Amino acid sequence: MSLSLPEVKRIAWLARIEITDAEAGAAQGHLNDIFTLIEQMQSVDTEGVAPMAHGQDVVQRLREDRVTETDLHALYQGIAPQVEGGLYLVPKVIE
Amino acid sequence: MFNASLKQLSALLAQKKLSSTELTQSYLDRVARLNPGLNAFLSVDAERSLAQARAADERIAAGKAQPLTGIPVAHKDIFCARGWLTTCGSKMLANFVSPYDAHVVEQLNAAGAVILGKTNMDEFAMGSSSETGFRGPVRNPWDRTRVAGGSSGGSAAAVAARIAPVAIGTDTGGSIRQPAALTGICGLKPTYGVVSRYGMIAFASSLDQGGPMGKSAEDLALLLNVMAGFDARDSTSLERPAEDYARLLDAPLTGDHAKPLSGLRIGVPREYFGEGLSGDVAAAVEATLAQFEKLGATRIAISLPNSGLSVPAYYVIAPAEASSNLSRFDGVRYGYRAAEYGDLADMYRKTRAQGFGAEVKRRILIGTYVLSHGYYDAYYLKAQKIRRRIAQDFAAAYKHCDLILGPTSPSVAFGLGAKVSDPVQMYLIDIYTVAANLAGLPAMSIPCGFGEGGMPVGLQLVGDYFAEARMLQAAHQFQLATDWHLRQPAGTE
Amino acid sequence: MDWETVIGIETHAQLSTVSKIFSGASTAFGAAPNVQACAVDIALPGVLPVLNKGAVERAVRFGLAVGADIRRRSVFARKNYFYPDLPKGYQISQYELPVVQGGSLSVMLKGGEKTVRLTRAHLEEDAGKSLHEDFHGMSGIDLNRAGTPLLEIVTEPDMSSAEEAVAYAKALHALVRWIGICDGNMQEGSFRCDANVSVRRKGADVLGTRCEIKNLNSFRFLEEAINYEVRRQIELIEDGGSVVQETRLYDPDRKQTRSMRSKEDAHDYRYFPDPDLLPLAISAETIEQIRSELPELPAAKRKRYVDEYQLSAYDAGVLTSSREVADYFEDLVGALGGGYKLAASWIAGELFGALKRAGLEVSQSPLSSRQLAGLLREIQDGVISGKTAKDVFDAMWNGGGEAADIIAASGLKQISDAGELEQVIDAVLAANSKSVEEYRAGRQKAFNALVGQAMKATRGKGNPAQINEILKKKLAG
Repeated sequence: MSLSLPEVKRIAWLARIEITDAEAGAAQGHLNDIFTLIEQMQSVDTEGVAPMAHGQDVVQRLREDRVTETDLHALYQGIAPQVEGGLYLVPKVIE
Repeated sequence: MFNASLKQLSALLAQKKLSSTELTQSYLDRVARLNPGLNAFLSVDAERSLAQARAADERIAAGKAQPLTGIPVAHKDIFCARGWLTTCGSKMLANFVSPYDAHVVEQLNAAGAVILGKTNMDEFAMGSSSETGFRGPVRNPWDRTRVAGGSSGGSAAAVAARIAPVAIGTDTGGSIRQPAALTGICGLKPTYGVVSRYGMIAFASSLDQGGPMGKSAEDLALLLNVMAGFDARDSTSLERPAEDYARLLDAPLTGDHAKPLSGLRIGVPREYFGEGLSGDVAAAVEATLAQFEKLGATRIAISLPNSGLSVPAYYVIAPAEASSNLSRFDGVRYGYRAAEYGDLADMYRKTRAQGFGAEVKRRILIGTYVLSHGYYDAYYLKAQKIRRRIAQDFAAAYKHCDLILGPTSPSVAFGLGAKVSDPVQMYLIDIYTVAANLAGLPAMSIPCGFGEGGMPVGLQLVGDYFAEARMLQAAHQFQLATDWHLRQPAGTE
Repeated sequence: MDWETVIGIETHAQLSTVSKIFSGASTAFGAAPNVQACAVDIALPGVLPVLNKGAVERAVRFGLAVGADIRRRSVFARKNYFYPDLPKGYQISQYELPVVQGGSLSVMLKGGEKTVRLTRAHLEEDAGKSLHEDFHGMSGIDLNRAGTPLLEIVTEPDMSSAEEAVAYAKALHALVRWIGICDGNMQEGSFRCDANVSVRRKGADVLGTRCEIKNLNSFRFLEEAINYEVRRQIELIEDGGSVVQETRLYDPDRKQTRSMRSKEDAHDYRYFPDPDLLPLAISAETIEQIRSELPELPAAKRKRYVDEYQLSAYDAGVLTSSREVADYFEDLVGALGGGYKLAASWIAGELFGALKRAGLEVSQSPLSSRQLAGLLREIQDGVISGKTAKDVFDAMWNGGGEAADIIAASGLKQISDAGELEQVIDAVLAANSKSVEEYRAGRQKAFNALVGQAMKATRGKGNPAQINEILKKKLAG
């Protein structure tokens, strides 16, 4: 397989990373090299093998339904790019 | 003093022959002198470190010292530490002062250890050379024209150059073991779930694991004792009884002191000695295997048939998880935001294009692609199935052996800039290390000789789940009989 | 040309836990911006989610209440997209393996009962809110709601009109409140519906292209939005156009739906299992424990009211429209020791009428079930007539007090003393000999006139049944 330039641009858009044509061209080359490596996976038959998502076969531990957090928004917003009236500001959200 | 073990330093502190303040100050002085040539530390905050040291001295005076009380520890800049700049090697977090402590940091603070500083790394831990960080590459103390390995290269270089007694790192595909090997120190990646990931900035959640880095297996054991432990804030943290990882160090397997490793079956996988392994590394590892046999261990030939697929599977799973983990860096709540932008999407795209470096962007693109519509089964699911097979290979092998030994990295440290422009060559460096992450197994690297250019070679030990103490024992017994781990790079005296 | 409408509903019910689904921050409504957004909720680097047991239990409770399968092992996935109210850049949601699979809900319609099949119900986290007041041309983000637990309940496309959709939504709303998993407060957004609407020509065997109308937070908006959307789609097709699959938003002021621009390109969510969370395992013991704690459900109650109390299906439906109404009814008949039909007709009639006029819910009724039982007992005992009882009800509603006291104080008590009534009737017969003759001549109407005269003589307080009886006896004699 190989990635086309429009595909590289589409995934860059999905990932919200601005990419120039030159960058997309360079990325295309690298990605295709990497996918050549990745394609080696297709050489083995994994029919019937259960996918493994975690290193340990354990199940989710549950937390009791209790409020344990206190208001630290002033601390957290001290490192925010732009805040006003306790709100994080972003360019206008259009619904 | 800078070659002293943790045990020796603790004794000096306990006997009041040395205060933590003095110890910390002398390391800070060393950092000031040697770091400019190494770029191992990203931030040092003498005032904070010395305040912790003074508190440790009071604690020692009050007779409430624990094994690490008063010991300076270098922290990879991936661990959130309250009040410390925590950049993860990225421009994205260049101004991020963490408002909270990682679990590991809490544990170290509670034990009375001193944060010596935050160490350099590959950006967001994505790399095998510590060259991709926004503050420039780490240089190998053995040869400053070469890489220190990565991604925990700053921590490795700091310990190797004796500008930190011990350090903490993280390992997603070899990021503790490989730099340890390339700088001639020891590093251990515990069983997945042994060390809490809370506060460790995520790269690939199902693979990331924090671990200790130091000069000897004994130091690793003492540091791991503090790092490990259940944490309710990490769903993948394992609830198990506390373990003393140092308990087996001086307990030989048999009563035969000449052959302390008698009865230990070491598996040597055929696949780890094939094409791609440099001759110098192969020779050093072979000599080490012979040394293990001399100590009483039995060598058993084994096979891990799916080893060759570990890198391809890893470079699907890790970027997939990373692409999602790194979505939170969007310029809204913290971190970098582009100075100029148009609408919301433009703010996101410029912020992320400018805030992330080339390798991080590359991996985000790989991850985004393999998860995208129509490719999930062919890539992500396939990789998860291969991951299962790799884990099964290990399970089968551990029916015949106790530990698996082999090279940590296919070659000694390479030159700065030699592989940054060729991602595939860079990724293949991880060929012996990623399998342990995929399977969730504990693995460590210890120095075992020197190769081309007088550069250190690392031996990798991979154990079965929760075999850390057994691995540390084997490594410690080897280190009692050899002195590779005591070698110090020239120019760091 | 005849058209038919196909509707499926997705409902987001906020679960009534005190803390968030993956963090220990409070879920209380109405706090100042971001004060309930903790490190996990704002997605600081390095933080991790831990699942709330209370959210899981509520999801199981729902699954059992709708007769669904509870998955013993379910998985949380990440739904990846960028939006400022989504701090992690992904929403944690159950995708391939939801906790609740299948089930159904029966809905009362004018024409009878209808069963709406459920596809699934899954746990997920809510997003924050974007505030669009003008902050120098920017939007403000409040993450207090981020991480609030939601149960997304998805139906099969089983509804064919706005009326059915609303009936389903109301039944679901009643159920989630009934089993105590959601406060159902629609103004606060605790219960929000998305409607998937498509139209097709009658008899067509493939579904038309659907549009999803998002975030309908009142039953009226749900109805209006569907009706508008159905008209829009039909007109579009009849004018030679075609429906484009998209997400739309309802504007209640204009009573129109419009395309949501922000969702246009968000089709590739790149779902994958969240590596920070392990599979959710629910044991058989947990399921049985939750089952044993379930209250009697509306459908079971309806059946019992019909079978055991001999109520009509309609009355049974009305009395089980909410748990509060059913509780009121059961408390009432408990205090009364029976009188099911009487109790049912008073609740459905006088009580509901008065509540509706006052704009109150049954839980806010100024008249308790115990007070109403006092009133109905007076009717049962023949102390007052049903007609008088309505006056007493009004007095109790407005001024409080007990029925017996009001009856005594205002002299409304019925005359049931046979001696007293006989005297009255003797006088009536003496004064109306003409009517007596007519009655004896066979004219039934004359009897009614005599009853009327007797009632008038007692100023309406004579026990009508007794008057009838005494009159008949005397006229016969």
